Amino acid sequence: MVCDMNFSELLQRVVQDTVGTNPFGDLGRVWQGQQPTLSDGSLLMFLPELIVVGTILALLFVRLFDLDKVFSGQSVALLGSTVALLVAVVQFLALKNFDGAASDAVHKTMFTGLLVYDAFGVFFKVFLLLFLQLVVYLTRLTGLPDREDAPDFYTLLFGSTLGMLLMISSNNLLMVFLGIEMTSVPSYAMVGFLKGRRTSSEAAFKYVVYGAGAAGVMLYGISLLAGLLGTTNFPEMAVRLNMVIGTHPLKMDATLLTLLLSIVMILVGFAFKLSIFPFHFWGPDAFEGASTEVAGFLSVASKGAAFALLLRVLLALVGPTTEQSGLMVPVYFYLGIAISVLAAVTATFGNLAAYSQNNIKRMLAYSTIAHAGYMLMAVGAMLVLLNATKHVPDAQVRWDLATRAVEGLLFYLWVYMLMNLGAFAVAAFIRNELFSEDITDFGGLWTQAPVLTFAMACCMFSLIGMPPFGGFTGKFMVFSSLFQAGHYHWAMWGVLAIAGLNTVFSLFYYVRVLKFMFIAPAKDDARRVKVPLTSAAGSYVFALAVLVLWTGMWGAKYLSATAHDVASVLFP
Amino acid sequence: MNDTFWLLTAIIFLPTAGAAGVALIKKESVETMRAFALAITFATFLLSIYLTWGVFDPTDPGIQPKAPELVSKDAGGFKSAEIAKQYEQRGVSTKWIPGWNIEYRLGYDGISVPLVLLTGLISFLGMVASWSIQKEVKGYLILYLLLETGMMGVFLALDFFLFYVFWEVMLLPMYFLIGIWGGPRREYAAIKFFLYTLFGSILMLIALLMLYFGSGGGDTLPTFNILKLSAIGQGLIPDLAYSPAVQLTAFVLLFIGFAIKVPVWPFHTWLPDAHVEAPTPISMILAGVLLKMGGYGILRIAFPICPAGAQAACLVLVALGVISIIYGAFAALAQTDFKRMVAYSSVSHMGYVLLGIAVWKLTDTGSVDGSRFWLQGINGAMFQMIGHGISSAGMFFMVGVIYDRVHHRDLNKFGGLIGLMPLYGGIAIGLFFAGLGLPGLCGFIGEVFVVLSSWNYSPVLAIVAASGVILTAGYILWAVQRVYLGPEYKGPHPEAITPLTEREAFVGLTLLAFAIILGVFPDTLFSKMKTSTEQFVSTMDAGYQASLKPATTTAAVEKK
Repeated sequence: MVCDMNFSELLQRVVQDTVGTNPFGDLGRVWQGQQPTLSDGSLLMFLPELIVVGTILALLFVRLFDLDKVFSGQSVALLGSTVALLVAVVQFLALKNFDGAASDAVHKTMFTGLLVYDAFGVFFKVFLLLFLQLVVYLTRLTGLPDREDAPDFYTLLFGSTLGMLLMISSNNLLMVFLGIEMTSVPSYAMVGFLKGRRTSSEAAFKYVVYGAGAAGVMLYGISLLAGLLGTTNFPEMAVRLNMVIGTHPLKMDATLLTLLLSIVMILVGFAFKLSIFPFHFWGPDAFEGASTEVAGFLSVASKGAAFALLLRVLLALVGPTTEQSGLMVPVYFYLGIAISVLAAVTATFGNLAAYSQNNIKRMLAYSTIAHAGYMLMAVGAMLVLLNATKHVPDAQVRWDLATRAVEGLLFYLWVYMLMNLGAFAVAAFIRNELFSEDITDFGGLWTQAPVLTFAMACCMFSLIGMPPFGGFTGKFMVFSSLFQAGHYHWAMWGVLAIAGLNTVFSLFYYVRVLKFMFIAPAKDDARRVKVPLTSAAGSYVFALAVLVLWTGMWGAKYLSATAHDVASVLFP
Repeated sequence: MNDTFWLLTAIIFLPTAGAAGVALIKKESVETMRAFALAITFATFLLSIYLTWGVFDPTDPGIQPKAPELVSKDAGGFKSAEIAKQYEQRGVSTKWIPGWNIEYRLGYDGISVPLVLLTGLISFLGMVASWSIQKEVKGYLILYLLLETGMMGVFLALDFFLFYVFWEVMLLPMYFLIGIWGGPRREYAAIKFFLYTLFGSILMLIALLMLYFGSGGGDTLPTFNILKLSAIGQGLIPDLAYSPAVQLTAFVLLFIGFAIKVPVWPFHTWLPDAHVEAPTPISMILAGVLLKMGGYGILRIAFPICPAGAQAACLVLVALGVISIIYGAFAALAQTDFKRMVAYSSVSHMGYVLLGIAVWKLTDTGSVDGSRFWLQGINGAMFQMIGHGISSAGMFFMVGVIYDRVHHRDLNKFGGLIGLMPLYGGIAIGLFFAGLGLPGLCGFIGEVFVVLSSWNYSPVLAIVAASGVILTAGYILWAVQRVYLGPEYKGPHPEAITPLTEREAFVGLTLLAFAIILGVFPDTLFSKMKTSTEQFVSTMDAGYQASLKPATTTAAVEKK
């Protein structure tokens, strides 16, 4: 098709795809809360990302032209993230009525099919940009980068976020790799941002080595898959896969072997990003060496983006209708079980390893691993439910069940963002006051800074999964998907039981933090901590704690409904 | 949403509002905070009194209120409108998480109303007893009030999800209340309590999922409504049923969750630690109210939803009840710590509750063999719950009073207290006799009803259970002898022994008065719950019969 065109025609097409037929006239449509029409170019849909890019440029120019005396890097970053968040929210609201007939029109591609623009992607855009803004605000409160370093730090932070924004909208294997690398490289630098510290450099180095290795494996897997299928485009993958494999009886020939190898290699890349056992080793070291704020950012944002991308890749492989995947259905079914079992192992490992940690960041790193395990269970359950064709012939029922699983994952991610950020923020504020990140030094904090300990208690209980906090509701939804999947394979009930037991295990180390904060007396030589509720730091963590509580009570209604709507656009 | 909705909501959330109020009071004005918190608990107690005598209709056996605005809607699905009225459409509700059909549904009947009243009373008296707390009063009062919210919520919730949330909510303040204000081994006791209960909760959560997803099929959305779940479990809804295997699994999971709370041997080991280390008012609440939640859960959830499972497990339950009675009594005999002895007496006394609930004997044809006896057992168990709530709270308070003065609890280092503190000695002996089960006091009725009803189930077990009464008399009389009688006080700090303060006397006399009233006029309590327990027995019987039928004819609808 391309061969028939001359060069200028091709160029014309690309330009039109990018800016649209009437770029300036349509620019206002999104602001008026309307959906972009087909005449809108990709740039309009790409606006939040463009604003992030613009902020990065502004940050660099501020330094270049010596303007950072007037505009501090922090205020530029805060402004940029706020505007990008607002645009994303407007985009999401414009897409909000994605029920019924409108839903097909909503799946739009950008930049000649490299990126996709749908409610799922925009939902994650809001997620990431909100989180970015919260982190920028947190760093402003804790003063992590001083005035001198601020442009550097925020450039890295925004660059990493930009990579995540590409990840969540990926519609092509190339963009998968590009997005992941774009996320990772600035993260390596951020982990090593505390330049003077040996542990920080060591952590960054470990992270780079692991990350590069995992990326190489993943790239190899991607190249195998692309070579096998002859395409890197997501919407075509399932069909091509069916052409390659679907007609053969399922036996271990070279094609199937290559396919499985490529899938496993791609999953290894994801397992690294999500710190899934046995690719989790970088996590605790990187978190311990990095500053608390960076660790908090990595623990939430990169997980969220990686889960969104994992769903996109898996669903591209499975295809919109399972009928197309034919003989691959049992492969995916057991892949789902394998993922769930791996998730159960990860959760167990994370929870057991967290016991003996005394450094709060290291403990939270293992807790992050455990939570990645819980969330991965939802992904496994989704695959099982989606491919249980033998037990549930009605595709609509399977999609409904899978939608529930994704809803649980999305709900969990949102709550996880709030509660984990809350925990890291409290740890950062305590570090600023006590100059210590050891849990044993937290004694008697309760009487000195009640708001910090209240917020920490809310976050810890939510991380355990206690009602009425949001963590429970998220966990409940994930567990219910596991339970449903158990109807089709008993192993999923085993995973559910392990997940339940893990909740009990995790009690110890979360409550240990609270034990020191509330029960143990303050050390004699310890500094007095003063963070009243009325201070900016106090109100920041208090607001996060209230949000964690809100997501478990009144907010659950809205969040679960939104998550359900968003999840449903993934399935026909 | 009607008046009852707001009344029940107020009973649950007035303490939460009070906690927020306490948080706003300045840290220095300790007495203001105490007075305010006391006023809140008293107001909640008044609301529960109003609920019991002003709103509650003891002649109606089902869940109240009847919610007339709901009767017209959605009568389909039930075998008859009559059954529909009995079940799903009772209580007051509003949507909570509509996507999952989770409701904020509240209601009460003859089984829950006495427990709500007990919670109101013990929370109020515990707050009066809380003047002994000196450390970090503000945090204590906030957590105490939140705890009351959790307890009230458990007894009034009719949505299983909501029930679960309240069940857990009560854990959080309890952890801190034991952990911060407790005795020397408080950290250990607090985490042990938390861990045991959380473990039970997770089992309950899995049962919750089983029952939830089993309650919907085809176009019917699954539900958490306890009444509808019970109707399904009892085979009252066509095309929906839990197979006996599902019922048994769910029952075992639920029962372990509740049994940990009761506590039933062998899940009781958290109790002595938690009760001993907790501060006095919290011990009163633990023994007086928290343990009743386990019994209430069995009566409200485990039995009605899983009649077939319950029936299959009855013998084990009876055996566990009897073992708890005997084990608890022997363990209490062996203690030298006064408070630990009282704690083990709780294990023993709560064994009667389980025994009374479980004496459900069927004849060969499948109908209840002597349903009057089972009814007697249920009534006895309910009475025992309330009676033990009064007497054990009183005993813990009495131990706390003397501990506050002499700072030790060694049974062998007391003596002669009745001479030094005559009023205290009198009240204490009265309350201990109530715990012993002396006729005329509240402990007697429950025990005697339970033991009598168990004779029908198994004479051997009845004899063993009855011998528990003798052991109880043994340890209580021995303790009374060592602490209150005798010529002189043998322990440390004899100079600190001062007469009861007015506040302490108020708490003790109130509890003693309730013990006597319940012992002499047991019908004040029976009249409130009689119709509900009667209906409980008859529907359980019918439900058991019905739950067997669909399972044998059609495959169980356990999947989606």
